[in-house]
Amino acid sequence: MTEVLPASTDQAEFAAELFEREILIESGVPGLYGRGAVFEQIRTGFDALVTKAAAPEGPETLRFPPLLPRRQLESSGYLHSFPHLAGSVFGFEGSEEDALAQDTCASAHEDWSEYQTMSELALVPAACYPVYPAVARRGAVPSGGFFVDAGGAWVFRHEPSEDPARMQTFHQRELVRIGSPDEVLEWRDTWRERGLGLLRGLGLAADVDRAADPFFGRGGRMLAANQRKQELKYELLVQIAGPEPTAVTSFNYHQEHFAQKYGLVLEDGSTAHTACLGFGQERITLALLRTHGFEPSSWPEEVRRELWPS
Amino acid sequence: MSAETNTAIREVLREHARLPVDVDTLSDDADLFTAGMTSHASVNLMLALEDAFDIEFPDRMLTRSVFESIGAITGAIDEIAVQNGQAA
Repeated sequence: MTEVLPASTDQAEFAAELFEREILIESGVPGLYGRGAVFEQIRTGFDALVTKAAAPEGPETLRFPPLLPRRQLESSGYLHSFPHLAGSVFGFEGSEEDALAQDTCASAHEDWSEYQTMSELALVPAACYPVYPAVARRGAVPSGGFFVDAGGAWVFRHEPSEDPARMQTFHQRELVRIGSPDEVLEWRDTWRERGLGLLRGLGLAADVDRAADPFFGRGGRMLAANQRKQELKYELLVQIAGPEPTAVTSFNYHQEHFAQKYGLVLEDGSTAHTACLGFGQERITLALLRTHGFEPSSWPEEVRRELWPS
Repeated sequence: MSAETNTAIREVLREHARLPVDVDTLSDDADLFTAGMTSHASVNLMLALEDAFDIEFPDRMLTRSVFESIGAITGAIDEIAVQNGQAA
């Protein structure tokens, strides 16, 4: 069994209140929750706000399911950097006898993994992953590059926690930029300021900070130090519950990492650069509930107008 | 730095750094990242060096700069050897 990260006192109290009000719906597994009407009202309001903020730049809408071809995960480098967070899908391919044995095991809640075979599917670890190969199919990246709105997509992280803000599956509201190094970096910096403005406009005391991904192991320390030094990742942080502010949005400059893997080249033959940003919709929803209270009908009028213009 | 250390580091580089150029064409102060070593390859390099030299890089050495050239790697390995009470 995977170790469950415990909650701090205020995180546990916050979670209890969310469950009591059925804003989040418990499943018995930490980090896996249903969403009640209030939660979805806030989450979808924020989703629409991001769509509106991106609209003037005319992004291209692409949507992908929460599953990825396993081969794509294997060649993405994810298993090198985050083996502890990845999830893959297994299925049954045995005989009738095996099926009976599996059911006997499963009904007793014992380990039935020996009857399972790895499928060709994996869970999407970050909402931008399906975008790069989809765009790479088109050939050389045209002048001006691509700006993709990948929507609010379900992603998976294998990290059970009792902190309600650390879910195992959640929506990343994802925007992706592909182009020349200058175009991509300028986009990332513009959106970092725009994202900060969006959150502050909702009454959240958000700050921006340099950050690093939770890379695995001692080698991961090197990757994280490198990421910080090169300023490849920024996060927007808001105090939700717990000893430290929670990252609710990230801005990631991948340089050539994904472009090299999928053969994304510019018209002059040089390798494209990519960047993405992901608003953590669940965390932003929780931050709003924590900041303004559990009843959106009594939230400040200017916040309500932003989320639900009518 | 001994000639053997230099040869041994170059051997590990050849096997694990996934460089697009021949290691023998690189001087000791050539920047390995500029030569095409990726961040992921630098992690493989770090682990392979620990294996080859039977050492463990302390956390403070787990940075890009320690692995950016053959000279920098040699300096780090020498420093660990001194701390372990061995002749570099």
